[in-house]
Amino acid sequence: MGPSGSGKSTAMNILGCLDVPTSGRYYFRGTDVGTLTRDQLALLRRYYIGFVFQGFNLLKRTTALENLELPLIYRGMAREERRALAREVLAQVGLADREDHTASELSGGQQQRVAIARALVTNPSVMFADEPTGNLDSARSHEIMKLLKSLNEEKGLTIVLVTHEEDIAKYANRKVRFVDGHVASDNAAVAA
Amino acid sequence: MILNAFLLALKEIRNNLLRAGLTTLGIVIGVAAVIAMVTLGSGATKRVTADIASMGRNLLIVIPGQRRGPPVAATPFQISDADAITRDVQGLGAVAPQQARQGVAVSLNRNRTTQIVGTTNAYFKAREWPVAVGRDFSPAEERAGKAVCVLGETVRRELFGGESAIGARIRIDRVACDVVGILEAKGQSTFGQDQDDLVVMPLKAVQRRLAGNTDVNLIWISVASANDVSRVRADVHALMRERRHLEAGAADDFEVNDMQEITRMVESTTAILTAFLSAVAAVSLLVGGIGIMNIMLVSVTERTREIGIRLAIGARERDVLLQFLIEAVVMSAMGGVIGVLIGLSGSAVASQALKLPFTVDPGIVVIAVLFSAAVGVAFGYFPARRAARLDPIEALRHE
Repeated sequence: MGPSGSGKSTAMNILGCLDVPTSGRYYFRGTDVGTLTRDQLALLRRYYIGFVFQGFNLLKRTTALENLELPLIYRGMAREERRALAREVLAQVGLADREDHTASELSGGQQQRVAIARALVTNPSVMFADEPTGNLDSARSHEIMKLLKSLNEEKGLTIVLVTHEEDIAKYANRKVRFVDGHVASDNAAVAA
Repeated sequence: MILNAFLLALKEIRNNLLRAGLTTLGIVIGVAAVIAMVTLGSGATKRVTADIASMGRNLLIVIPGQRRGPPVAATPFQISDADAITRDVQGLGAVAPQQARQGVAVSLNRNRTTQIVGTTNAYFKAREWPVAVGRDFSPAEERAGKAVCVLGETVRRELFGGESAIGARIRIDRVACDVVGILEAKGQSTFGQDQDDLVVMPLKAVQRRLAGNTDVNLIWISVASANDVSRVRADVHALMRERRHLEAGAADDFEVNDMQEITRMVESTTAILTAFLSAVAAVSLLVGGIGIMNIMLVSVTERTREIGIRLAIGARERDVLLQFLIEAVVMSAMGGVIGVLIGLSGSAVASQALKLPFTVDPGIVVIAVLFSAAVGVAFGYFPARRAARLDPIEALRHE
């Protein structure tokens, strides 16, 4: 966590293989990400990473279910299998009855649940969430955080979450603070 | 993946149906115009060729006078000219001298103003026009110029309706005349002329009884072999110059027309015209392609965020490229298909109105659809590449 402009989003983009570091090296599953092509980065994201954004970033005019199917399409999963899996994961985030709603027909909290489900549906190694509660009121924010927490605890899913709010950061097991592009503190590092 | 991109493209087009429709309009119009031009052009060519063939194959037509250049005194031919051709030129099929004039055919209370053709039996052979009912002229009738006649189908219908005409006596102007035969129906010529509107009589009957002269104003010559047509034409030309006492260097005062040549001329004229009109129509395909490119660029800008999401989720450049390219191709190919349908139905209606044969050339249909798809690829590639090259982070931030 950290104030805006402290570099936390950039760090997350690099960790999420959306961006490559201008200096230094980042190894993801033993590969120096900086040496990969755009397409190779895309494949890393496709198979190992899930994203949740502040602005939800669901496809417009597309139903919740179809949004979940999208990453599976790129994985080349067959239609029937894809649909069944999307249904199952949508139910996990508590939106089984909203399958055919498009993004504009869902509330902010529901949209973010769909976004989380979309990140989850590929069963990624790690999920990156960039200010996932930034556009939500505090009640909704805590619902989302509880959902993420339960995913972490029950499924053992690693979640890297960026926020500038202290009470959101409380949910985390490990906190890394950014100030002016530098890591100011890291409680895991202290523990280690 | 391609199937998915295809379904996605269809969905995107459905979401923006009006826009997609207007975008493809250029392609629709271009393809429809090309298809209509080519179909009507080939119909016209077929019609004209069939007409000319229906006049008789390997046919030469010798007429006095010159249609081109300054008018010259046109001395008519005589029967002896036709006889000279028969005698002196090799490789002939049939030589039929003719004198045609307008006359009125009357049967009881019905009459018809028609063309009275005085000629010989060779006429039926040269023009490959058999007598369907009854008989042609006997040698005695031809020699004596007896007042007998063979009716064209139109004249028969006008004068006799459903009744039998054979053996009936009609009047041609003031001459009583026995009907001995009915010609096979030929139908209309290219220029809308009813070819069956005629009465054929022995040449001498027309000359003596109707015209009161011995003129021949046209000679039909059919050539036995197609390869001989130009040689026979030259021979006839030389013979006629000699018989008409034209000095070397003097202009012809007659014409020898070659139907093959006329056919070729008409065919090449129609072909040039068709090609020219098609080229004009093809320009609208180009304009249509630019329209598609324009709209695809707008679409890429509008959907920048969507592209960002796709890239973040794991779409490679080629996945995005393919998606937009397929969208452009689907749009233009649909335009092509619609254009083909409009072009074909339009030319079907036009063919009906112009009384042209209507035949669909499957080749041109396939080419039109493929070409419009190719327009989609050509003009869709640039916008699609722009979409594929977007930076995912920038694209996600895009409002």
